[in-house]
Amino acid sequence: MIDYFSTMLLHQWLLLISSFLALILARICYVMYKTGKPLCKTLQPLSTLIIMGSGGHTAEMLNLLAVLNIDRFEPRFYIAAATDNMSLQKARSFEDSLTNKEGRNCQYVQIYRSREVGQSYITSIGTTLIATAHALWLMIKFRPQVILCNGPGTCIPLCVIAFFFKVAGIRWSSIFYMESIARVRRLSLSGLLLYKLRMADQFFVQWPQLKKEYPRSHYVGCLM
Amino acid sequence: MSENDGERIVFVTVGTTCFDSLVKTVDTSQVKDELYKKGYTKLVIQMGRGTYNPIKCSGGNGCLTIDYFTFSSSIVDHLRSASLVISHAGSGSIFESLRLAKPLIVVVNEDLMDNHQSELAEELAERKHLFCARPQTLQQTIQCMDLQSLIPYHPGNAKSVSELINRFLGFPED
Repeated sequence: MIDYFSTMLLHQWLLLISSFLALILARICYVMYKTGKPLCKTLQPLSTLIIMGSGGHTAEMLNLLAVLNIDRFEPRFYIAAATDNMSLQKARSFEDSLTNKEGRNCQYVQIYRSREVGQSYITSIGTTLIATAHALWLMIKFRPQVILCNGPGTCIPLCVIAFFFKVAGIRWSSIFYMESIARVRRLSLSGLLLYKLRMADQFFVQWPQLKKEYPRSHYVGCLM
Repeated sequence: MSENDGERIVFVTVGTTCFDSLVKTVDTSQVKDELYKKGYTKLVIQMGRGTYNPIKCSGGNGCLTIDYFTFSSSIVDHLRSASLVISHAGSGSIFESLRLAKPLIVVVNEDLMDNHQSELAEELAERKHLFCARPQTLQQTIQCMDLQSLIPYHPGNAKSVSELINRFLGFPED
């Protein structure tokens, strides 16, 4: 008798778990289908997360921000790696240079890095977990509608979390990834991950060789 | 105006990196003589985080004037007054020089792991916007370079990306 009920219970639990997993799988398929599909017409500004990387990445991101209709992307949250001191300064200078400053609501945040250049892969596992936890905290706080990134490793935890938010229905973030102009024949690791996992809504490359190799990307020519 | 009082300045930049092999190579008598033969009068080296200090020189006696510094908040003024730029392969330095239409030799740092920087330098060299070299081939590159063969680089802008993003998000066309 007891065996019969235990088996019944087990079967019920298995059914519940399988249904739940099937639901999640279906939702993931739906998210991947919807990713890359343009949104409906809108007039409201969208909250935007701007992920800054060191050196050339910052110059390229500022180059893009300079030509955007910046009023459509508000409030703006700038994120840079904890060890990068220049990028947020440059972001602030950019914001200061904008003419319409009323009601400006920008935030500048530093995030823990998953991995420093040259760090061993073993210790990188620990630091990546810390970085992911920090990224989760920031994404819960900001829940941006738009994410702009162009290559630094900092963007991976943030974009992965954004994907999970899409699946969980917490927030739909449109992710725009612009591969660096320095990438002519091969994608960066961040670019490769976002492309293969189909996490970016739009993926821009600046050289025709990359467009040929990665046909789902948009070739936009040299932006610098 | 790239010449001040008939001065022809060669500006060497390594950005925020450490690129001792470039600075050492530029500081050799072979390279300095080659630059002097080509009519340059002054060599200014921005050495970044490098540990090798070149020898300063006040010029005269058939020598270049040589000066160096580590960092500067903006190298634009140095770029503007240069007649030739010798740069590491960082995209920022490359495009700053190309935007100012300066003859440019990009030297690739072979000590860097995963040298993706060389892709950009090689591609732009193939398109004849600059000359590409390694520290060992710098002297030869200077000797053989023909500045007239360089094709001007037309800077791009991110307008196309901005339009694609606008359209995707459903914002009205401008």
